[in-house]
Amino acid sequence: MTTVSPAIGEGVSGISSVRDLVNEKLVLWHFMASLTYVMIAMLAGFLYALQLQQLYPFPGIELFSPGRWRMVHTNGVAYGFIANAFLGALHWAVPRLTLRRVLSVKLSWFIFAAWQVVVLSTVVGLLTGYAQAVEWGETPIFIDPLAVVGLILVAINFLTPILKSEGPMYVTLWYFIAAFVWTVLVYAMGNYIPQFFVGGVASGAIAGLFIHDLVGLFVTPLGWGLMYYFVPIILKKPIWSHGLSLVGFWGLAFFYPLNGIHHFLYSPIPMFLQYGAVIATIAVELVVTTVVVNFFMTLRHRGDALRTNLAIRWFYIGMVFYFMTCLQCAFQVSLTFQKIIHFTDWVVGHSHLVMFGVFGFWILGMMVHLLPRLLGATGWYRSSWNEWHFWLTGISMLVMFFDLMIAGLVQGFMWKDLAVWEATLTASAPFWLIRTFSGVAIIVGQFFFISNILMTAVYKRPAEPSTEPVDTSAIDPVVAT
Amino acid sequence: MFESKSGIFLIAGLFFFALSFVVMGLLPWLMYIDEPEQTMEDLVADGVIHEFVDLAERFPDRFAKYFPDGVTRTSFAAALKRGHEIYVAEACWHCHTQQIRPVSGEDLRWGPVSHAREYQNVLQRPVLFGTRRVGPDLIREGARHGNDWHIAHFHTPVSVVPTSVMPRYSWFYDEDDYPNRDGMSIITYVQWLGSWLAEYPYYRGEGPAGVELGATDIITDAMVTP
Ligand code: HEC
Repeated sequence: MTTVSPAIGEGVSGISSVRDLVNEKLVLWHFMASLTYVMIAMLAGFLYALQLQQLYPFPGIELFSPGRWRMVHTNGVAYGFIANAFLGALHWAVPRLTLRRVLSVKLSWFIFAAWQVVVLSTVVGLLTGYAQAVEWGETPIFIDPLAVVGLILVAINFLTPILKSEGPMYVTLWYFIAAFVWTVLVYAMGNYIPQFFVGGVASGAIAGLFIHDLVGLFVTPLGWGLMYYFVPIILKKPIWSHGLSLVGFWGLAFFYPLNGIHHFLYSPIPMFLQYGAVIATIAVELVVTTVVVNFFMTLRHRGDALRTNLAIRWFYIGMVFYFMTCLQCAFQVSLTFQKIIHFTDWVVGHSHLVMFGVFGFWILGMMVHLLPRLLGATGWYRSSWNEWHFWLTGISMLVMFFDLMIAGLVQGFMWKDLAVWEATLTASAPFWLIRTFSGVAIIVGQFFFISNILMTAVYKRPAEPSTEPVDTSAIDPVVAT
Repeated sequence: MFESKSGIFLIAGLFFFALSFVVMGLLPWLMYIDEPEQTMEDLVADGVIHEFVDLAERFPDRFAKYFPDGVTRTSFAAALKRGHEIYVAEACWHCHTQQIRPVSGEDLRWGPVSHAREYQNVLQRPVLFGTRRVGPDLIREGARHGNDWHIAHFHTPVSVVPTSVMPRYSWFYDEDDYPNRDGMSIITYVQWLGSWLAEYPYYRGEGPAGVELGATDIITDAMVTP
């Protein structure tokens, strides 16, 4: 790829500045919704952790049934936190990359409202007992149609400018195009087929595919697409290797969807399909390595940015975690590891590291980067609060991950040794306690961030001279290599 | 092709997705296409389980209120269906699995390894394999404990297992702390799990005292399937 995107105002009729291009209010509102849901989801997770601590504060109250709150936790993260944040970031990035507005800003606002209805009614539906037995897709059956329509509208809204734009296309947009197609298909497949078309073992295979594709074909491509956008802009240098970008994209597109059945290894699903999923999963690990290498080579000679630019630090720590989860995955997908760690807290740790440690961190990084500007401020109210936010969240995430990983090994080996079940609960208790504390520390970290946002919105200027000026280069779509 | 918009759209978005769906979804689907999915009627065709009868014996007035048909297959089917709904709604399946793997001594702990055929029924739509075991696997739960144990356990799990982290389900009980319709249904459901196996201790031929059973509503040997 050898193009340089034209500067704003050149070539594209009717658009004289970036203000015409991007509706920053939309970005801001999506980010605010996202933060609201992440707090709800984290508190739900905390409630559930208390249940495992035998300290549940509302025992025997139907609306506070811990199982239901667990689903609020996972669905809140996937559809409230991550989906909203990505929609906001897409509104920032897509018009800049295509030099075209989204199809319709009215439609964008409609999608914003409709999506909040989807998430809120999912929460209400789950709490009143209308869950659907599809993991990560517990959204009640009667809300699914609205969600599908919403996702189709999202795709139309963003694909219009992308497909209209001319010239070679930047990596980010490859990921976005694929993600828009995939998300609709994945959501419809996972929520409808196992419920209405096929049951039994085959529905398990499809549910596994859904769990996996939701992460792999919705969250991952949008996440990486945004990394390919933000990292070069903030570092002011191009991505290291275009070839590796190609390998990363096509490797992901081919291998990732073939992983589905690895969620049910040793289940009654035919064994040869399980082997296939295992091999595809290990292939994904190789692909992921190329992507991570590409980004770390991009950081070469700019390592100082990790210290001076908080957004970059969030992004790269997320990438380290990404590499960790994928490495972990290459082992845990092996049939040897599966004997021990399947069904244990090891997997819970794995999913926390992926969903929050990677994509959550990238989202927080984007927010750190964009929010002062979206709020019309010249900088963060207190950059030290952002540092607290980063370190509390980052360290606690690592603690939680290793804690749950070890807990998983303890549980798995005790089960294999046929220990009585109660003994495995007693053995898990200390790990669950550490997990609860690490979760609380993460929540406290978010309070630093949210307070900082509120103060920034109110005072619109840094309380102390900012060491980290708002990077105005982010306005320009200088993304080409 | 690999960088043109329509190329990406078609290859990555549609073609690769379709490929994965065929391999990871359609293939297992087609493999079991000849294994018919049992309907609710099929599931109760062989009679009711002992524990359902036991509930009727223990709580005759309440049972009659919740299941006006008495101990019949229709009532049994209604209880199973409701029990399954509760199992999904309360996310029991996020703490309990329903599959015995052929590894890690799971068959020693719980019973025979799961077979694909066991899942070909409407109460496994979507399948309840589960992905996390905070509590034990339940696919062989039937008759492992008596009804009285479950009645105490769902109400206050720590009263029977002090280290339990299972939630309390007080709303399965009426104001006098007897199981209500939901309580009886979820107990029937967990007691049914595994009852289709030859190894299931189903108290062959043991009839309920004082409860009139229709000619077809006895517990028959036909419960012993595959
Ligand atoms: C927070 C996780 C959790 C949830 C949610 C949960 N359980 Fe449990 N369950 C456990 C644990 C832990 C045990 C083992 C300790 C005990 O017997 O209480 C258990 C034990 C059981 C047992 C006894 C198993 C045996 O053979 O001893 C049954 C039956 C059971 N649960 C059914 C259910 C049902 C039905 C639901 C949903 C209404 C449910 N559980 C929800 C954690 C959970």
